[in-house]
Amino acid sequence: MQKRIGSLPFTGTPEQEAQLREAIARHKDEKGALMPVLQEAQEIYGYLPIEVQQIISQDMGIPMEEIFGVATFYSQFALTPKGQYKISVCLGTACYVKGSGKIFDRLSQKLGIGADDCTPDGKFSLEACRCIGACGLAPVITINDEVYGKLQPEDVDTILAKYME
Amino acid sequence: MDMVNIKINGMPMSVPKNYTILQAAREAGIDIPTLCYLREINEIGACRICVVEVKGARSLVASCVYPVNEGMEVFTNTPKVQKSRRLTLELILSNHKRRCLSCERNQNCELQQLCYDLGVEDESYFDGDNPETAIDASCAHLVRDNSKCVLCRRCVAACAEQGIGVIGTNARGFDSHIGCAFEMPLANTSCVSCGQCIVACPTGALTEKDQTDEVWEALSDPEKTVVVQAAPSIRATLGEAFGMPIGTNVEGKMAAALRRLGFDKVFDTDFAADLTIMEEANELVERIKEGGTLPMITSCSPGWVNYCELYYPELLPHLSSCKSPQQMFGAIAKTWYAKREGIDPKNMVVVSIMPCTAKKFEVGRADQSAAGVPDVDIALTTRELARMIKKAKINFANLPDEAFDSPLGEATGAGVIFGATGGVMEAALRTAAEWITGDPGAPVEFKEVRGTAGIKEAAYQVGDLNIKVAAASGLKNAAELLEKIKRGEADYQFIEVMCCPGGCVNGGGQPIQPAVVRNNVDLRALRAKALYDEDAGLALRKSHDNPAIQKVYEDFLGKPGSHVAHEVLHTSYQEQKGYK
Repeated sequence: MQKRIGSLPFTGTPEQEAQLREAIARHKDEKGALMPVLQEAQEIYGYLPIEVQQIISQDMGIPMEEIFGVATFYSQFALTPKGQYKISVCLGTACYVKGSGKIFDRLSQKLGIGADDCTPDGKFSLEACRCIGACGLAPVITINDEVYGKLQPEDVDTILAKYME
Repeated sequence: MDMVNIKINGMPMSVPKNYTILQAAREAGIDIPTLCYLREINEIGACRICVVEVKGARSLVASCVYPVNEGMEVFTNTPKVQKSRRLTLELILSNHKRRCLSCERNQNCELQQLCYDLGVEDESYFDGDNPETAIDASCAHLVRDNSKCVLCRRCVAACAEQGIGVIGTNARGFDSHIGCAFEMPLANTSCVSCGQCIVACPTGALTEKDQTDEVWEALSDPEKTVVVQAAPSIRATLGEAFGMPIGTNVEGKMAAALRRLGFDKVFDTDFAADLTIMEEANELVERIKEGGTLPMITSCSPGWVNYCELYYPELLPHLSSCKSPQQMFGAIAKTWYAKREGIDPKNMVVVSIMPCTAKKFEVGRADQSAAGVPDVDIALTTRELARMIKKAKINFANLPDEAFDSPLGEATGAGVIFGATGGVMEAALRTAAEWITGDPGAPVEFKEVRGTAGIKEAAYQVGDLNIKVAAASGLKNAAELLEKIKRGEADYQFIEVMCCPGGCVNGGGQPIQPAVVRNNVDLRALRAKALYDEDAGLALRKSHDNPAIQKVYEDFLGKPGSHVAHEVLHTSYQEQKGYK
């Protein structure tokens, strides 16, 4: 599946930009510097929006398209922001058989966003992931580092409510 | 040179150690089929069409990148090899939009040719998911239809070779596709419209934006006077579209064909090239005498002008303010000529035949409307002209040689050589040398600036001036000179820059030669030779000796650099913005 490109406004801070430029300066003269720079950029911003890729392009002298090509080739790079609460729904075999698809749909409907998307307030992001190795708890979702297992679609409402305040 | 002994299909031979199997096989008289391979610019071994068997190797190897070694035994055409190539083609066809009959590249498509040559029997054997991909027609010059793309990356390599790099491969696996950063339309990027991607494309995925219908329309409109101009390089390449040998000069047949298409007047951009020299040589002499911005850089090549505006806006004062020959032609046609003939410029359609896709952008530039209407209305590529000639069923090969119409068809050898890298420089030097020394016997040939090298430098003693010049073709080479200017290390007075490697003869609008030709024949040199040969045989070889040019100055412009000349023949440049 092709990656979604985020449409939420960019909210990077001057501190983040300074961090990014420092990371670029540190890697710039290495061979194959683009990968570690993109990894650090994603750590700093949580994703790689056009504004960030532009800074990398200018500072490293690499065309934007080349950077975008790398960012869309590797699944570790995201083009959409992660929310304050990052929800991952396991769609691995065991969870899927146990109905995680319905959990995903419920979350999607409740939050009003699709896969690889983030709510406009920046609170929740939603993504599907492959097996996280907790098949005994299928179907499983994670919210940041919390794991929720053996879910029914209705459970989604109470779980979300905890994070809503 | 170190040699190694190898066997190809059992035949022993000795080849240089640094050869690939592909190169060695060619010496043995075998052209191993290729698809993604373009010599020196795209050697990535990706498409697997060129696979061969090597004795002892675990699997088939890609001959375009596999080096030869001592004792190697290669088999280029075993059943295993044939089967593999066929399978690869069938897989490529599985999601290729097979609308060959309506495709612009029908009969000039490398994929089609491979399928025929390698005997693909069932083109829908693996028929699979065929996503309708979006068509990018955002630019004035090009259309990209990814549903005909075979992902060879030749366009990507051609773009990178120009130092631009606005297209590349996005996503991966089945989703891989050629696109721009953040999937933005090409028009939002810093694409310079050179069209080198189009001539690199093996299929119909990249094509120029066809405007032949607009021309047919104009030709059938009784209200309109339709005049046509053909750029210097077209005569050296148009014949290729009709199966003639590369480097055949078809000037006379081209004029005859244009007349048979119904153009009211058949003129020559060479005339405007001579005019450009008058203005440009004058501007150069003025800048040298009056301490203007030096080095002065030519502005004939619209891809180059786009590049300067997008990538080096701080160097725009170096650009000559002269319009390009295409635009000068239109400007003179719609002012002086229209008045002379009693034609309302609004009812005149100027069509130009250009080697260039960026010319399609150039006609829409600001500050290019000497008569209050655009100087040029429609810019066609050489390929579009060939298409029109074929559609009209004109028997091109058997046409008589005819002359251009007067007066805007009169030209000198200086105009002719504009089509090759170094040609504008040489033409300008011919005139500048005579003007500075006042000696009609001043030299005509400046051979140091000829040839296909990316950057050429020369110094000439002209009267008491020592003029140092450089000519660059291909934007990567241009960038090298521009960086030198920025560092203050460029002591040239005059630089010629052509966007496309080799100049207009290798422009993005020229007939498309398949990779096997591009890889093994020096297209640029062969086509340029046709122009230099024509120049050498002409009586008039200096722009200022052109009687039609003298007449235009006498009647209308006054002298080079006059107020009227500035109004009509000069323009200005602005920084352009685009994602890089």
